[in-house]
Amino acid sequence: MAEAPQSADPGAVALEIRGLHKEYRRGVPVLRDINLTIAARGITAVIGPSGTGKSTLIRCINRLVEPTSGQILFHGLDLAGLRGKALRQARRRIGMVFQEYNLVERLTVMENVLSGRLGYISPFKAWLRKYPQDDIDAAFDLLDTVGLTQFANQRADALSGGQRQRVGIARAVMQKPELMLADEPTSSLDPKTSVEIMELMVSIADSRHIPVILNIHNVPLARRFATYIVGMADGAVVYDGPAGGLSDGKLEQIYGGKDWLE
Amino acid sequence: MNTVGAIDREWHRFTPAQRLARFALYFGIVFACVISLRTVQIIPEFLYDAPEQVADLLKRMWPVEWAFYPKGVHEVLIETLHIATLGTILAIIMALPLGLLAANNITPNAWLNYFAKLILVSSRSVNSLVWALLFVAMFGPGALAGTLAIAFRSIGFVGKLFGEALEETRPGPIEALKAAGAPWTSIYIKGYWPQVEPAFWAIALFRWDISVRESAVIGLVGAGGIGMAIDTAMNLFQWQRVALMLVAIFAIVVVAEIAVTYIRKKII
Repeated sequence: MAEAPQSADPGAVALEIRGLHKEYRRGVPVLRDINLTIAARGITAVIGPSGTGKSTLIRCINRLVEPTSGQILFHGLDLAGLRGKALRQARRRIGMVFQEYNLVERLTVMENVLSGRLGYISPFKAWLRKYPQDDIDAAFDLLDTVGLTQFANQRADALSGGQRQRVGIARAVMQKPELMLADEPTSSLDPKTSVEIMELMVSIADSRHIPVILNIHNVPLARRFATYIVGMADGAVVYDGPAGGLSDGKLEQIYGGKDWLE
Repeated sequence: MNTVGAIDREWHRFTPAQRLARFALYFGIVFACVISLRTVQIIPEFLYDAPEQVADLLKRMWPVEWAFYPKGVHEVLIETLHIATLGTILAIIMALPLGLLAANNITPNAWLNYFAKLILVSSRSVNSLVWALLFVAMFGPGALAGTLAIAFRSIGFVGKLFGEALEETRPGPIEALKAAGAPWTSIYIKGYWPQVEPAFWAIALFRWDISVRESAVIGLVGAGGIGMAIDTAMNLFQWQRVALMLVAIFAIVVVAEIAVTYIRKKII
């Protein structure tokens, strides 16, 4: 499987968000004027207290949530303005991993992984399970990578949480995405499995040169695995920079109070 | 309020108004029973000799005329099964689009939902015997009228339950396929269908089970099947044949029940 040619320029940009604003109810903004530039390499972790709009931000990018205003520039394409087929074609280029894995439980692991290709094959072929041999090879490679090859023909509901999330990651990577989104990928998992899942995401992102944006409420995990951190409070960005530069003072500003830091 | 003393604090489950309402409800139920007893006009003479009549009927039904089975029952029994099966299949074909239209997560348009539900309710509000009368008037007596009667009565049942099964699907997997850029047909095939598949087969089998029983009855109004044969035998006072047909219906219902239970276990 051919890797998408990636610019070696460290300043390359995967995504640029300009003036993103979101209100679910009129007059109650969830996201206020978000401006972010996501680098084309590495992992960007969005942290912040519950209800501050992290999930909404991630979901605005692939339009599972409709932004109220603003621009989301993805390789020269404004995602916020896309409709119909153009939106579908843009979504194919962006993989997504979910907190609750969102697998189709009654389908096998293999079929769930192959579902990542549904944007590329016709519904008729999907119905007949006529996936191209390249896709099947790629799916087996990915199952090898995530260590689930022996489960290929088991139903997804037979797997544990950590295994399901591995399938979720494999499905997202099947799209050969130019960007990966992950919405609280470890929040439903135990601490040990959370670390394993993060390690898997980092290694896949690294070896396949896929930039990742994930939101996470576990600050130590974010600091350990992320290249960049975006700190949000009250629907606005209050920190945007390298993971190493996140001070306790900033954390206090993001989460409020400081007793919990000790 | 009462005194605040710890000893004589009072507690009532219902307020006085609620108690009055409850009493009125109980009184109303008793009153309705009395009224209905007075209006159904039980004729004492018929009531008194009912046990005698039942005994007499059973006596005339015995012995069951088994020899009549190959001559006059087998064929209509099979026809009954055909009516039930074909009617159910027709109903499923017509009910699927209506179920899709009635499910709000598939068709996010309240007017279309109401429209589909209106059709489904109309189908259910008419008894299959009445549907049979209508179709006998349209197409004449026979299996065609019976099949359509079963089909039209079943649409409402299958469509309603299928629509509800669709509405109960988990939105997460659908969202995931949407995020992968899948076209909507693929989302139906790979997202919704696997989730509703067990419910779909359970509904179809259950409806077939009901249709088998109903198709035995609709023959009484001329819509084909074993009901027509029963009607004829009763009119000719051939009670031993009637008994045979009742046994045959009973047997077929039991077999259907066993088959449905077995298949349902295999699917889910």
